[in-house]
Amino acid sequence: MNASAPILQLQDIRKNFGGLTAIENFSLEVFPGEIVALVGDNGAGKSTLVKIISGVHPPSSGTITIEGKPVTMSNATMGRAHGIEVVYQDLALADQQTVYMNMFLGREPLNRLGLLDRRRMIDETEKLVKELDVRIPSAHATIRDLSGGQRQGVAIARATHWASKLILLDEPTAALGVAETAKVEAIAQSLKQRNVGILIISHSLDQVFKLSDRICVLRRGKQIGVRETKKTDKNEIIAMITGLQQQ
Amino acid sequence: MTSANTGTEVGSFASRFNLQQYVVYLGFLAIFLFFAFMLKDSGFLTVRNLSNIVLQTAPVTIMAIGLVFVMSAGEIDLSIGSIVAVSALAAAVTIASYGMAAGIVAGLGAGILIGLINGALVAYVKLPSFLVTLATMGLFAGVSRSMTDLRSISVTNETFTGFFGSGSLLGVPSLIWWTVIAIAVGHLVYRETRFGAHVLATGDNARAASVSGISVPKIRLAVLTISGGLAGLAGLLYAGRLQAAKYTLGETDLMTVIAAVIVGGTLLNGGKGSIVGALVGSLMMGMLNNGLILMGLSVSDQMIVRGLIILTAVAVSLRDKSR
Ligand SMILES: Nc1ncnc2c1ncn2[C@@H]1O[C@H](COP(=O)(O)OP(=O)(O)OP(=O)(O)O)[C@@H](O)[C@H]1O
Ligand SMILES: [Mg+2]
Repeated sequence: MNASAPILQLQDIRKNFGGLTAIENFSLEVFPGEIVALVGDNGAGKSTLVKIISGVHPPSSGTITIEGKPVTMSNATMGRAHGIEVVYQDLALADQQTVYMNMFLGREPLNRLGLLDRRRMIDETEKLVKELDVRIPSAHATIRDLSGGQRQGVAIARATHWASKLILLDEPTAALGVAETAKVEAIAQSLKQRNVGILIISHSLDQVFKLSDRICVLRRGKQIGVRETKKTDKNEIIAMITGLQQQ
Repeated sequence: MTSANTGTEVGSFASRFNLQQYVVYLGFLAIFLFFAFMLKDSGFLTVRNLSNIVLQTAPVTIMAIGLVFVMSAGEIDLSIGSIVAVSALAAAVTIASYGMAAGIVAGLGAGILIGLINGALVAYVKLPSFLVTLATMGLFAGVSRSMTDLRSISVTNETFTGFFGSGSLLGVPSLIWWTVIAIAVGHLVYRETRFGAHVLATGDNARAASVSGISVPKIRLAVLTISGGLAGLAGLLYAGRLQAAKYTLGETDLMTVIAAVIVGGTLLNGGKGSIVGALVGSLMMGMLNNGLILMGLSVSDQMIVRGLIILTAVAVSLRDKSR
């Protein structure tokens, strides 16, 4: 495995929603430049885990360690302050605002007068959109005038722009066509080059086996196991996801 | 599969954008021309009448600015009319015993305080703003009635009445100064600051705003406080212009303000709005009032016509949102 220390360490994470236990006994490490896939059926708790790591839902118990330091996160600002970016399953875009405002939502650059620096936001958005080859009519376009794939492109562009340590991708290619999916996979590879850790959730095992270094399986909130992608196969992973032995 | 790289949306985007943007100006122009022709012998087009319209709408315009912030954040403030009366009375009573400065503090302070109460209940107790401000509307309507036992309090401090109502500077009436300054500052804050962007994001998608690090409760508290403060200022303007304060001030303004804001292109459900649009909407409402009176319509007929205009405006606003 990687010689460096893990970016993220989760230990004995547990999350209850009222009487429902969404996650229990979950432990995982993510190293710099590593792609870890998180798989499991609908309702297994994958998105909940993403929200725990990003700080949206504080865990009921367990510890989160970022670069060796234990952290307590009570809201999403804290995850971002630690260099963690998320592409949420619902994308978390403000539909009636422009692409560039969404790109900088919550951390808009200001000019010398303390006013919004639109020029800079627009320029940086255009540059990024070009770099990532996300086809969007313009940085001024309103989100709701974009197609589902274009919206996903905006959310991914935003996360890659800001992520310095870890990026969490919750089904980033669910709404994408073949070419766009390949593009997102290429973006994930380039983040790997930048030494960013990646936790990707996907229901496509083809994609999981193509991209990931390790695969973590969740079933009904329980961690079934973690496998090195090279040392496992689809049958084993499917058996772990469903709980049925395939013989 | 879906293809994510077509440019076909751009065309419809541009045409819809234009219509939405200009509807208030076209409406304004249409009503203006209508009255100009219909009432050309009744004095509608005189400088005196037109400037009177602007002076009369100043308090409504000021309140409309606050409501643009509130509605853009996805909230509503029904208490502004009651705040006007409480603030005007608080100022009038305080001026009588402690002078102008104390009166201004009392008037604005009352508005800000009520706004803070609204905001805290919405942001931190998480009650819907519709219900909170419906309740405070009634509550403070009662307070304004009991403050002076329904009596009118006259304001004799000439510095105050000049500053807030009847005076002028460089030949321009003070009410116009207040309108221009409030619109300029409101527009700047709304369009060009981080705060304005966060207000819009909150009304657009509160969850997205919150995961982007925006403190949604603080935004909700802030917009309702701003609205309260501006309604307080409107109360001072009424007191200055009429040289008196009474519990009836602002009583009928709520509907006019909401209409001005919606006609001006601010969405009822948040995420989009315009300060300049609200000014034009407010002037349009003032013009409508003025014209309908000059046409000799009864008070009840005026109310019916205004109600119909609001219905139309809401229909346009909601049609756009649910596209
Ligand atoms: N805020 C919440 N309040 C209560 N229960 C919740 C909440 N969020 C998630 N849950 C529950 O936790 C469980 C896990 O949900 P989660 O969204 O994490 O599943 P998932 O693995 O992401 O599923 P999918 O593949 O469908 O996206 C579900 O039973 C869900 O109903
Ligand atoms: Mg999910």
